[in-house]
Amino acid sequence: MILIKCPYCGERDQSEFSNGGEAHVIRPKNPGSLSDKDWGEYVFYRNNPKGIFYERWVHSHGCKKWFNAVRNTSTDQILRVYKVNEKRPDLSDFKNTLKSPSGEPLVGSGNFAVKK
Amino acid sequence: MKKKYSIKSLIKNSLSDNENWGKMWRNPNPKKHYDVIIVGGGGHGLGTAYYLAKHHGVKNIAVIEKGWLGSGNTGRNTTIIRSNYLWDESANLYDHAVKLWENLSEDLNYNMMFSQRGVLNLAHNEHDIKEIKRRVSANRLNGLDTMWLDKNEVKDLVPIMNTDNLRYPVLGAAYQPRGGVARHDAVAWGYAMRADELGVDIIQNCEVKGIKTDNYKVEGVETTKGFIKSSKIGVVASGHTSVLAATAGVRLPLQSRPLQALVSEPIKPVINTVVMSNAVHAYVSQSDKGELVIGAGTDGYNSFTQRGGYDVIEETVRAIVELYPIFGKMKMLRQWGGIVDICPDASPIISKCDVEGLYFNCGWGTGGFKATPGSANVFAHTIAKDEPHKINAPFALSRFSDGRLIDEHGAAAVAH
Repeated sequence: MILIKCPYCGERDQSEFSNGGEAHVIRPKNPGSLSDKDWGEYVFYRNNPKGIFYERWVHSHGCKKWFNAVRNTSTDQILRVYKVNEKRPDLSDFKNTLKSPSGEPLVGSGNFAVKK
Repeated sequence: MKKKYSIKSLIKNSLSDNENWGKMWRNPNPKKHYDVIIVGGGGHGLGTAYYLAKHHGVKNIAVIEKGWLGSGNTGRNTTIIRSNYLWDESANLYDHAVKLWENLSEDLNYNMMFSQRGVLNLAHNEHDIKEIKRRVSANRLNGLDTMWLDKNEVKDLVPIMNTDNLRYPVLGAAYQPRGGVARHDAVAWGYAMRADELGVDIIQNCEVKGIKTDNYKVEGVETTKGFIKSSKIGVVASGHTSVLAATAGVRLPLQSRPLQALVSEPIKPVINTVVMSNAVHAYVSQSDKGELVIGAGTDGYNSFTQRGGYDVIEETVRAIVELYPIFGKMKMLRQWGGIVDICPDASPIISKCDVEGLYFNCGWGTGGFKATPGSANVFAHTIAKDEPHKINAPFALSRFSDGRLIDEHGAAAVAH
């Protein structure tokens, strides 16, 4: 169970929100001239990192507004919440807690909330 | 040395207080070079190594596992086995697995505790009935043993079920008698032991940190025990597959999410089949120890935390208690999560990719355990021959550009 700080309503339980997947995915400007492979990439392929992830949330059982968040998927810690029209925060703003790509975070997988 | 399990060995070892069973597999240091490296020591990975050695005569194989064998989703699932999938491609793949399950204990001389106690998929509304009857018909055309049961027949099979006095009454069900459960540890251990006998090096507690490639060709893997060379690498790392693929510059259409399960305190036998319900999101079976094994849903967001949210369990338990009022006062003993890799069309990827010598067996999402032997069998073929078996050819990565998706969202036992 995680708490998410809606930029409009403040901190609420995650069950009030729905996740919208990766943020900042841009629809190609020229779909007609794309190859099947490139179009398939846009439709089906999304980043799936262990660590820092830019994602969209909607406060479905609240203000119903969409917003973006940066979350560490290895600990579920939400590092930043920002509005849709705000600039995407730079990756270098965040510290990666993983020693190797598929490794576990220092505080132990999923124990962030308990062991902070 | 070949280990034979029989009534004789059982009696002999019981006389020495079961102290002399010996190790089931070696614990070798990695060599500098292997012909094939399998990344991931779960059922699918160990099975792949076994079939590579047994059917394809590959001699020099390593299975590299980050933790201990079966410590990932092989040891975290609810052990349900069935093949009642809608599309021809899936029915072929999953029934290939069920047929292998049926002889696996004998093939490996190791008891899988495979119990074909049947699997029910409940219908709770008019739409469910139509959808399930369509699936039953499709299954029968594919030679599967699925059938439609009306409410009274369901009640006969599961007398403790509350079929009428609940918000979504039970109106009928699809039933596959050949479906059932197996012991998940036994699958990993059985394959590991027999693969080891065939010369496969099983390297545990060794994390693959990256896959090294040169000009679209694999060179080997960087591990916590150093660099290991190989010209063929099969990645079977479930939730972490996309992380490993990224180190080789390959992008996969996968999203990793926690999927939870829980077990109750043990009770006397009350349910002798597997019951699943998509509409109210509940599935339950009873283990040989007497525990109820309950599967919950996936969290609604990507995560690698192997834990999952409490609201997801709450939803499942609410449905279970309404469907089986007798379970209302039971205590739950354990809860856990596993990281599953979900594909956009809810079907797996068993495929080559743009990098020569790199193979993926992933995207099993919320239902990979049932397919373990079948998946391992066709993946071994794919790696050995450098081309897919006819059963897994439709499950190629190319389907996400040519549009030949195999949409099995409806075949999941519960909506994820």
